[in-house]
Amino acid sequence: MTERLWPDVVMHVVSGKGGTGKTTVAAAMALALAREGRRTLLIEVEGRQGIAQLFDTPPLPYEERKVAVAPGGGEVWALAVDPQEALLDYLETFYNLKRAGAALRKMGAVDFATTIAPGLRDVLLTGKAVEVVRRKGKGDADAYDAVVMDAPPTGRIAKFLNVNSEVSGLARVGPIRNHADLVMGVIASPTTAVHLVTLLEEMPVQETIDGVAELRSEGLPVGGIIVNMTRPPMLTPEQMAHATAGTLSVGEITAALESCGLGAHEDAIVPALLREAADHAQRVALEQRERARIAELDLPTFELPLLGGGIDLGGLYELAGILRDGGMG
Amino acid sequence: MSGHLFARAPRLDIDSVLTDPSVRIIVCTGAGGVGKTTTAAALGLRAAESGRNVCVLTIDPAKRLAQAMGLSSLDNTPRQVPGVCAPDGSGSLFAMMLDMKRTFDEVVEGHADPERAQQILSNPFYQALSSSFAGTQEYMAMEKLGQLHLRAEDEGTWDLIIVDTPPSRSALDFLDAPERLGSFLDGRFIRILTAPARGAGRGIGRLAAMGFGIFTNVLNKILGAQVLADLGTFVAAIDTTFGGFRERADATYALLKDEGTSFVVVAAPERDALREAAYFVERLRRDDMPLAGLVLNRMQQVDDPELTAEQAAAGAQLLTEQAALDPSLASRNELTSALLQLHAQRMQIAERQLRLADRFAAAHPGVSVTTVTALAGDVHDLDGLREVGDLLAR
Repeated sequence: MTERLWPDVVMHVVSGKGGTGKTTVAAAMALALAREGRRTLLIEVEGRQGIAQLFDTPPLPYEERKVAVAPGGGEVWALAVDPQEALLDYLETFYNLKRAGAALRKMGAVDFATTIAPGLRDVLLTGKAVEVVRRKGKGDADAYDAVVMDAPPTGRIAKFLNVNSEVSGLARVGPIRNHADLVMGVIASPTTAVHLVTLLEEMPVQETIDGVAELRSEGLPVGGIIVNMTRPPMLTPEQMAHATAGTLSVGEITAALESCGLGAHEDAIVPALLREAADHAQRVALEQRERARIAELDLPTFELPLLGGGIDLGGLYELAGILRDGGMG
Repeated sequence: MSGHLFARAPRLDIDSVLTDPSVRIIVCTGAGGVGKTTTAAALGLRAAESGRNVCVLTIDPAKRLAQAMGLSSLDNTPRQVPGVCAPDGSGSLFAMMLDMKRTFDEVVEGHADPERAQQILSNPFYQALSSSFAGTQEYMAMEKLGQLHLRAEDEGTWDLIIVDTPPSRSALDFLDAPERLGSFLDGRFIRILTAPARGAGRGIGRLAAMGFGIFTNVLNKILGAQVLADLGTFVAAIDTTFGGFRERADATYALLKDEGTSFVVVAAPERDALREAAYFVERLRRDDMPLAGLVLNRMQQVDDPELTAEQAAAGAQLLTEQAALDPSLASRNELTSALLQLHAQRMQIAERQLRLADRFAAAHPGVSVTTVTALAGDVHDLDGLREVGDLLAR
């Protein structure tokens, strides 16, 4: 079995540029971590209900729900954190103030705290994740073996996680500040890892490189890079060199097409195949360049293939298997 | 392909939108990572080269795209992109990147006397609000759009403003955040907070006053007294000078509903991006906002529909079997077999994308659509933007 890359990490934060499939990767990761009868919790913080759509369940309430079982008896639970509910939750847990909630809501204070007050929203969201991480179940065991957070995109991730500096403008001292310190203590510790999802394209890779630098400069623990939706080269390097140079043998291709019964439209088909081959070679070359840039980061890297039929539950298990084989979990 | 609903959706004729003199504002919106900013820039360049005087307001462009438009620094002022005009010499292109904090500061400076402006600018709550509130960027993008529009109308500098929307959690935030901030600053919460400053109890009933006592206690307990004090000073300072944050937000909102505005929703042929696009299209309809159409980016290009994915896959299979029987054919057949498999894969991807597009077209039959095929690399220069513009108009 592959050595586990992050045996001590309890909280896995997954970020990535928009469109890279970070929700899918987070879900696959939660499945991968639920190996051998373990329990993982997948947390969503952006109110998109992306998890419910992936697992084909009704929209998730502010409540932990089992969404999938993993091979070997493990379980994946999911929670969609809503900042307003998280605030009332927080008030109840720390101040026993649940009943003040309605009054606060009426005064517009809940809206203020969760949408306007700078940084508060993020402390509430990350705070909920930290509460789950620290929670104990039966017999003082951790309630969950691992928590995976589908976090905001790379451009905002460092700021989102660095709740300390976020609330410092608002609260230099006081309970909120103390709470932020506690949350930060968990997030910046070796039990947390921030993973970034990218595609083999210039812009997402650049954002990943910038994101890693930013996370490091803020003292946040960087985990691995997940390269999503990769497509293997369909041609050999030699064939691609010929495709690029325009020296693939038209005669050979024509003869082969005729021999397999596709000779009818060969005047149209051959040039199309040649164009597609050149296009493919160009894309593979660009991907190689981006792959090299990712390698320079010198971080554990996973590659997940583009699944032909789109993502369904079966696809998630497949991706989870690849992550597990690569040392996740 | 003709079996696809999507193929029968009305075409979005980009050029007729760009050259229509009554269109004064184009808003590009959509999920993150679908090429919104590039689309906005490409539309701007194309409009300028057809003779319009264009200003493109971008929110957070990738470094190289910014360089392509000659934007090297974030200075919150539109700069002319040199060498861009129509063949007859008319038309021009300006571009700027939004600096949200600076825009907010300028709003304060423009509406308060210097002393009071200073008071607001140095308030800790204001500083946090202006640089980190999740909706500030949206609000300031709207504010800047309003400013540029006024300048365009007064000075005739531009006759078309193209705006890119911030990378929000949801594209709808662009429409909702200003309203939210406006109603907060003019709202009940603020009035309650500032009530003591205006004389305790006045204007609020006995019951509310009692509620207020509990309320401030709770807030003090949670936030700490210092936060409330900062907030109170901020509100008092802003209250007397602004008078109408909400009116401002309303005015910009009205501008978006104006018939001179046109929304272009950008998406990629992926489930999430199209879902986001659908939300936005529905919202525009509900709010009676003018939608030009949908730009579907990053479509897989297919060269030859004469050869289906199934035919190509079957051919590839046959070639492999032949080579197994006759090794002398191995080298020849291997190449063509690989080419056919590549073709089959591309056709399958294209087919899946069209299915997703079909679903959108079925739910929104009246929405015009244009597609842009996926480019191999990113856009680095004006030529690249021109190419995107050509694809948009095709």
